[in-house]
This record gives sequence, structure tokens and C-alpha cells, in this order.
Amino acid sequence: MSTNLSDQEQKQAGEKPASALADAASAGGRAGDKIFSGLSLGAGIVIFLTLAAVAIFLTWQASPVIEIPADEVSGGNGFLSYVYPLILGTLMAAIIALLIATPVGILVALYISHYAPAKVAKPVGYVIDLLAAIPSVVYGAWGITVLSPALAPFYNWLANNLGFIPLFQGPASATGRTMMTAGIVLSIMILPIITSMSREIFVQTPKLHEEASLALGATRLEMIRQAVLPFARTGIVSAIMLALGRALGETMAVALVLSTGGLQWSLIRSGNNTIAAEIALNYPEAFGDRLAELIAAGLMLFVITLIVNFIARAIIARYKEFSGAN
Amino acid sequence: MSKRIDVEHLNVYYGDFLAVEDVNINIDSRSVTAFIGPSGCGKSTFLRTLNRMHEVIPGAYAKGKVMLDGEDLYGKGVDPVTVRSMVGMVFQRPNPFPTMSIRDNVLAGVKLNNKKISRSAADELVESSLKGANLWNEVKDRLDKPGSGLSGGQQQRLCIARTMAVKPDVVLMDEPCSALDPISTIAIEDLIHELKEQFTVVIVTHNMQQAQRVADKTAFFNIEGTGKPGKLVEFDETATIFQNPKQKATEDYVSGRFG
Repeated sequence: MSTNLSDQEQKQAGEKPASALADAASAGGRAGDKIFSGLSLGAGIVIFLTLAAVAIFLTWQASPVIEIPADEVSGGNGFLSYVYPLILGTLMAAIIALLIATPVGILVALYISHYAPAKVAKPVGYVIDLLAAIPSVVYGAWGITVLSPALAPFYNWLANNLGFIPLFQGPASATGRTMMTAGIVLSIMILPIITSMSREIFVQTPKLHEEASLALGATRLEMIRQAVLPFARTGIVSAIMLALGRALGETMAVALVLSTGGLQWSLIRSGNNTIAAEIALNYPEAFGDRLAELIAAGLMLFVITLIVNFIARAIIARYKEFSGAN
Repeated sequence: MSKRIDVEHLNVYYGDFLAVEDVNINIDSRSVTAFIGPSGCGKSTFLRTLNRMHEVIPGAYAKGKVMLDGEDLYGKGVDPVTVRSMVGMVFQRPNPFPTMSIRDNVLAGVKLNNKKISRSAADELVESSLKGANLWNEVKDRLDKPGSGLSGGQQQRLCIARTMAVKPDVVLMDEPCSALDPISTIAIEDLIHELKEQFTVVIVTHNMQQAQRVADKTAFFNIEGTGKPGKLVEFDETATIFQNPKQKATEDYVSGRFG
């Protein structure tokens, strides 16, 4: 018995060096690997489930809209004619915001990453990031009390001088609480997203490519156009998409600033509304069919956001071969 | 076009730190000159002063004269951008623009400064530059594919073609083969022999066999210790530097007794 045991022990001891390699690999390293890959898979699934849950909830809650008679829907002409001005209003606000914030954001990011001396770049970066920390209701309040009255005379001027363009048709709003003002407030809100993301990518431009460009006789501006911007293209698109998501969904600032009304092509007259603001303004008192209407409008917003993201993906994919990732 | 380089009393600084001290050297046109020396001796730093690329690093500057056929690159009112279009540079690691096609890479320097070039002239320039870099036959069927899809050696020759397309007077090479395999290295060295018919070539290399294979003249740089500035120790015909150097330090280095 005892000899057997010692034999076994000897055998084990003798085998140990051979199996040590296998043990070490399976025990510590692989367990950690498995746990981690499980965790990251779980995180991915959670996001997917959340998205699915939101989509299912919206579709389910909005479905009664199909059965409501057309003349009982708000506006009295069916759901589509109720929602399309809201969709257009949402897109208008977001497009104005992007048109302003994208060039400004990229220029500020370039200034921080390639032009400003280090002493200036840091504080400017902090200030921009601080903009993101201001609650949207504060932007809204600022929009009403400061920005709108300040812009009203300018809108008057636009109506008088460029009134022949439908977008600037008069009479301009006396309060200045227009689509244009809402778009400008939104642009300030999304500026930090575009700036910080672009800056992060600009500073990652490989030194090698910047030097290649300079060594060919490029000026600093040409170097930026040749080496920095193409390298950052995908990142800039991503930044714009994130910013667009925020602009499309922003509620409080628009709800406060905009003097809402029906569809209006002139950006400097009161009128228009966005989906998010419409929901926020009416949800507390809505029930029954009205509730279904609002949720259906929310579903539209969800769909718009998805479409925009798909378009962005397609744009990125077009340049994949030349992205520098290969 | 090819121009000679005469450097007089050049000191290179990084802020307060003197990196390279008092270099005097005369480089003939249509020749290959190699800079050799231990790491950190300032040979790459000095090379980068020849096209004012060292100024890209904040705080770096140079004092002294670098004459390109008698014209001082550091003279008043001289724009570094102009200098760099006359003195081209090939880097240690191949750096074609990954966002551009092979063709656009060759034309990258030509299209700078708002220069317009006709389609046919561009085609000719792409072909002649790629032929000049011994790359045409390998890439002529995929000129619109990204340059980053080429092998390391091909990428480096693409970078040489890109530099040649600008038609500089001088081509500087900063260890152009150190990231390449031996076959690609031979291809680049063959190319250097051809380049000197058109350009003045200056090459920094850690490989002493390479210096002997490609260079007409060789300059040995050395540093006495950390924190001390690099100096040009000896400059002579390549054969003299490697077989019969005048300085003890040069002899120690080329015979492998360094350090």
C-alpha cells in the first residue's frame, strides 16, 4: 500500500515537468481569457438587446396609430401628414447645427492639434470640453433670454435683403425664437463632440506622413490637407454622426427656444417643430391615441437615426481601401 | 539638375542643447556621400539640417551656413518650404501616403503649391519617376491601388519615385534600408548608383558595407559621451576612410573596435 502510494507519488513527480507546460497554459492565462471574452461578448449582447427592446417597445406602443381614423389624428389628415412636418423640422434643426458646427469644430480641433502652442492648446481644449458639460436646459434658457433677442435684428436684416430666398422670407420673427436660433443653439451644443473627437484623431496622424509631406515642400496647410485630413476622414465622419445623433434627439433646448408652429420653410419666422420637442411638450398630458401618435413620432426619429448611421457606414466603407488601416 | 553643398561652421541646437558642433563639409554634385557613426552622434540631425527638416521639431534650430551652389539655405528670407522642394528626403521607414493611390503618391509633391499639371504630363511624370525608381514594371498595372499595399522595399522605392518627381537638386536618405530585407536593400543600393547621375545623394547609414558599396565619399561622425555634442571627425574618399583613416576614432569605428 505504502509502496504503491510512493510509487504513485514518484510517478506524479516524474510526470510533473511534462505536464507543467499544459497546466500553466490552461490554469491562469486561459481562464482569464475566457472570462474576459465572455464579459465583452455579454456587453455586446446587452447593447443589442437594449436596442431591440427599444425598437420593439416603440413599434408595439405606436401600432394603434394605424387603426386611428385619419380625421381623429392631430391635424385631422392622418398620421403621415401629422408627422412629416415634424420630421422636416427635426432635419432642418440638425442640418443647420451641423453646417455651423462641423467647419468650426474641425478648425478648432486643427488649431489645438497643429497650430496652437502647447500653452494655449490645453486651456482651449478644456473650455471646449466644458461646453459639453453644460445641461441642455441651460442652453435653452440662454437661447431664449440672450441669443434670440440678439439675433432678431439680424433676422430683420436678412428678411429685408435676402428675403427673395425662401429660407429667409419675411416677416422675420420679432422675438427671434426661430428655427435658425434653435439650430445655432444646437450647433454650440454639438461643437464639443466634433472638436474633441477630431482633435484626438488629428494628433494621432503618424509623424512619418506629416514629415513625408513637409519634405516634399508642403506648407503647413498643404501638409494638413495631404496627410492629416485624409488620415482622419473616417474619424471625422464618426464625430459628425455622433454630433448629428445629439442634434436630432435634443429636446429641451429646442423646446425652450423654438416658438413652435406648423411647417414653415423660412428659417427666420416662428413655426416648425422637431419630433423630440413635440414629444417633450405634449407627452405629460397625452393618453390613448395621442400617446400612440407621439410614440409613433418617436419611432420615426429612431428610424431616421438608423438611416443616417447606415449612410455614414457606407461613406466610411467606400474609402476603406485607402483608410491607412491596411 | 544637381547642386553641390558647402557647409560652414554649422551648429545644431535643440533648445539650449548643442546637438551637433561646428560641421564643415563640402559635398560634390553628382556624387554619393555617406554619413556613418554610432547612434546619437548627430548624423541624422545634421542630415535634416540640409533641408531644414529639423525645424519641424519645436525648439530646434541651426546656426551657420549651408550653401547650395553658393546660395545659403539659412539666409534671410529663405522659405524652408522652397528649400525642401529643392532638397528632397527619403526616410528611415517607408512612408507612402496610405490614403492615396500609387499614382497619387508619385504626384503628391508635384501637385503642391497649387501647381496645375495636365493629365498627359502627369502620366508621363508618373511613368518616368517610377521607371527611375525601378518600380514601374512591378506597379504599372495597379497604379490606382493604394501605395500601402506594396511590400516594404516597393514602398521605399515609391517614396524615392515621389521624391524624384519633384525634380530636386539633392536627395537626402536617412537610413533608407534599415527597415528592409537584404534583397530590397540591394534594389535600393542599385538605385542609388543610378540616382547619382542626376542628383547629389547624401545617405545616412548604420551599415558600413553599405557605405562602402554606394558612397564615393564618407563622413564619420562621433560623440565623446552622453550630453556632449556630435562632431564630424573625418571626411574623405570612402576607400581612405575604411582602409587608411587618419583619425584613431575612425579607425576604431570602422574596424569594429568601437565603444
